[in-house]
Amino acid sequence: MTIEIDHITKRFGTFRALDDVSLDLPRGELVALLGPSGCGKTTLLRIIAGLENADTGRILLDGNDATDKHVRERHVGFVFQHYALFRHMSVFENVAFGLRVKPRKVRPAEAEIRRRVMELLDLVQLSWLKDRFPAQLSGGQRQRIALARALAVEPQVLLLDEPFGALDAKVRKELRRWLRRLHDELHISSIFVTHDQEEALEVADRIVLMNRGRIEQIGNPRQIYEEPSTSFAYSFIGNVNAFRGRVEGSNVRIGSDLLPHARTDLAEGEPVVAYARPHDTEIVSDGPEAAGVAARVNRVLTNGSVSRVELIANGPERDGAKDYFEVEVGAEELSRLGLANGQRVRLQSRRLSLFPDHQQGRSS
Amino acid sequence: MAGAATLEGRVSASATRFEGRVATSDSGLVKSAILFVSLTFFAVFILLPLILVFVEAFRKGWQAYFAALVDPDALSAVRLTLLAAAIAVPLNLIFGIAAAWAIARFEFRGKQFLITLIDLPFSVSPVVAGLVYVLVFGAHGWFGGWLQDHDIRIIFAVPGIVLATIFVTFPFVARELIPLMQSQGRDEEEAAITLGASGLQAFWRVTLPNIKWALLYGVILCNARAMGEFGAVSVVSGHIRGETNTMPLHVEILYNEYQFAAAFAVASLLAFLALVTLVLKSYVEWQAARTASGEQH
Amino acid sequence: MARVHRVLPGFGLSLGYTLAYLSLVILIPLSAVFIKTATMDFDRFWSVVTSDRVVASYKLSFGMSLLAAAINVVFGLLLAWSIVRYSFPGKKIIDALVDLPFALPTAVAGIALTALYAPNGWLGQLFEPLGIKIAFGPWGVLVALVFIGLPFVVRTVQPILEDFEVEFEEAATSLGASRWQTVRMVVFPAILPALLTGFALAFARAVGEYGSVIFIAGNIPYVSEITPLMIITRLEEFDYQGATAIASVMLIVSFVLLLLINLLQGWTARSNRRNA
Repeated sequence: MTIEIDHITKRFGTFRALDDVSLDLPRGELVALLGPSGCGKTTLLRIIAGLENADTGRILLDGNDATDKHVRERHVGFVFQHYALFRHMSVFENVAFGLRVKPRKVRPAEAEIRRRVMELLDLVQLSWLKDRFPAQLSGGQRQRIALARALAVEPQVLLLDEPFGALDAKVRKELRRWLRRLHDELHISSIFVTHDQEEALEVADRIVLMNRGRIEQIGNPRQIYEEPSTSFAYSFIGNVNAFRGRVEGSNVRIGSDLLPHARTDLAEGEPVVAYARPHDTEIVSDGPEAAGVAARVNRVLTNGSVSRVELIANGPERDGAKDYFEVEVGAEELSRLGLANGQRVRLQSRRLSLFPDHQQGRSS
Repeated sequence: MAGAATLEGRVSASATRFEGRVATSDSGLVKSAILFVSLTFFAVFILLPLILVFVEAFRKGWQAYFAALVDPDALSAVRLTLLAAAIAVPLNLIFGIAAAWAIARFEFRGKQFLITLIDLPFSVSPVVAGLVYVLVFGAHGWFGGWLQDHDIRIIFAVPGIVLATIFVTFPFVARELIPLMQSQGRDEEEAAITLGASGLQAFWRVTLPNIKWALLYGVILCNARAMGEFGAVSVVSGHIRGETNTMPLHVEILYNEYQFAAAFAVASLLAFLALVTLVLKSYVEWQAARTASGEQH
Repeated sequence: MARVHRVLPGFGLSLGYTLAYLSLVILIPLSAVFIKTATMDFDRFWSVVTSDRVVASYKLSFGMSLLAAAINVVFGLLLAWSIVRYSFPGKKIIDALVDLPFALPTAVAGIALTALYAPNGWLGQLFEPLGIKIAFGPWGVLVALVFIGLPFVVRTVQPILEDFEVEFEEAATSLGASRWQTVRMVVFPAILPALLTGFALAFARAVGEYGSVIFIAGNIPYVSEITPLMIITRLEEFDYQGATAIASVMLIVSFVLLLLINLLQGWTARSNRRNA
């Protein structure tokens, strides 16, 4: 099912949860709505499901306006963050629920219900649990049953709210892979909400990055990671070193240090934030004329072939704390540098991305 | 059991979290119908009797109202009611704290059975509660002869009334404190002890601040029942005017003598007391909810 | 129990005091009922507790208590639902006033309900032309028992409804269930244990109730006498043995109900702990 979200706005009191959001999703993809808590991603998911009504805007499912359709008639499968399995019903009855509540005319016969439920339980590989009650299941099992229950009504779209949020790390990884496999098998259009970038990058075909009720960027995982298009996208995805300063010709001035950049469209003196990934950041030795941001080695964490060097900025404290930086260095490079704790070095970047810095602009 | 409501279950949130959602809001028609039926029921069974008490009390005017209240028999009934409550409430308060301390802070065999026994007076008919003291202390009871020889009167006298009041209000404080202290666990007291506090200091500085609202809640309910008890007290009172009549018994006598306005005047005093109880109770619930939400944030 | 070193003091003192006070004030006096009954000749006991007038009182007390508890389950649930689910003006006051039957002395409730439902009362005069007599008869007993039982149902169901996660209803609705199917198949089973507990509590209280009933019942032998009144009647005739015999029957009923309520409350607690 294609999903069109057309200028949706939603307020809770004075809080603007969604601010004129528009989005087109093609059929059959597994899409992640990614963002920090409070960014509006769950609200958007609930509006698509019909569990929440938007203040303005429309939802089109397969080109048909579904804005005024009740959640009951939208035929979406919704998997709740805490699963919401009916605790007084067995696993079997939970999965059968959506079939049993169908109007009598279209309700399948008991044998057909039984066959469909068992098929779904086989699909989630939990048919041996059919007589158990939700309280007797592990978190991962509950999640899979909740999914089977949502699939029972043959939804055109599957919506999952923080599907792995309530699970421990190991089970989470397993279920991620499983969900991806399941999606490849069923090809049902799916949207899941997550605040975990790793989860989104690993599982989704497409990521919708949200912040403060707005969409920051839409793209496949590679684009989101490698070509962040906004300051927020840069800082939210992956580890990143942030340098705050002002444009000075072909450099960014950070305190008394200069960092070269390649942009030509920035006004002189404009406050900017420059981002560099740890693996795109270089450590060079300190000298009187050396370019780069001055820093001091704090610790070197060696873990396999790549080491992480943690550094503390030499510049003034911001918000009562020094800036920390992180650089990824190969083993060879590390031995060449011969770093010692407390050693003064400079940081340069092979790939620096600049964005206007509203925070700095406001404070000055 | 008489106070099925414990403070724990009384932290209420706004209904907007249901009304604001598509899946949990009822249609206007259903909502109107449910509200109409439930509020009519409430009005007929709760509101009207309450209003009626005050209307009837003032039927013969203010003067008759106050005359009924300052009548010597009425005043002596008020004194006796206050006396019975003043003895029964503190005794049951001390018991409640002791029982909660033993049950919530230590493990021992038969604990669940003990909790059930503490609840027992709530499921005993008040009439039976009065009767048991007649069987023990009455003229034909176990100690009847001995008491008569020593010229001590318990039944048909003030001590009997106090005893019956203690019986029916017995569980109130304990049943508020036990579940609360069980859910709080003993970590904080143990921490206090390891920091060098004595047992009494731990209780005074750690336990008491944690249970103060539940304690107050129990005391308020206990007091309301103590002042309002009728059945049990009726059995042991002997109905001697000016001597062994509590306020509820005085209401009964006036009513049976067809002095309706006077009966409702005294009744209005008790109804007022009930309203004060409900206001205090709501205040404590509000305070407890505030404290609880303060701890969460 | 394994011997453990207790960090907190006062176990012996608090438990000792608890047991001593409980025994002196409650257990020993209550045992007097059974000891006294045991001294009775069984035939005499049997003839007292099965005499026609007493049996009529059982029928009235238990019948009306069951009916009152059932009425309270229906209306108490609707009232609890209204308070939890809807916003309406005066809700806070109504929520507080639900406990009035706990706080209002039973004698006051008794005379108020009597005046209200008497043939010339505010409500009684509405029924009078229909030939229905409420006060001074069995229906008066029912009215009083409904009054005193209401908060038990409301206050057991209300917290369960409050804590019931919105997600369950949303899940049911998203699976295509109608509102009624959702309430019937998802909400109702969740609150059923609480409803039954409320029913049992209201019933247990109603069976023993005295103060609010005797004014409105009319106390007509064989027609509107409740069982607690039979004990009082025997006492007034100085028939202590008779009173005790009836009391022992009531006590046994109380114990059975207490046991039942404990089981129900355990069930309620368990069914709400699941998935939590």
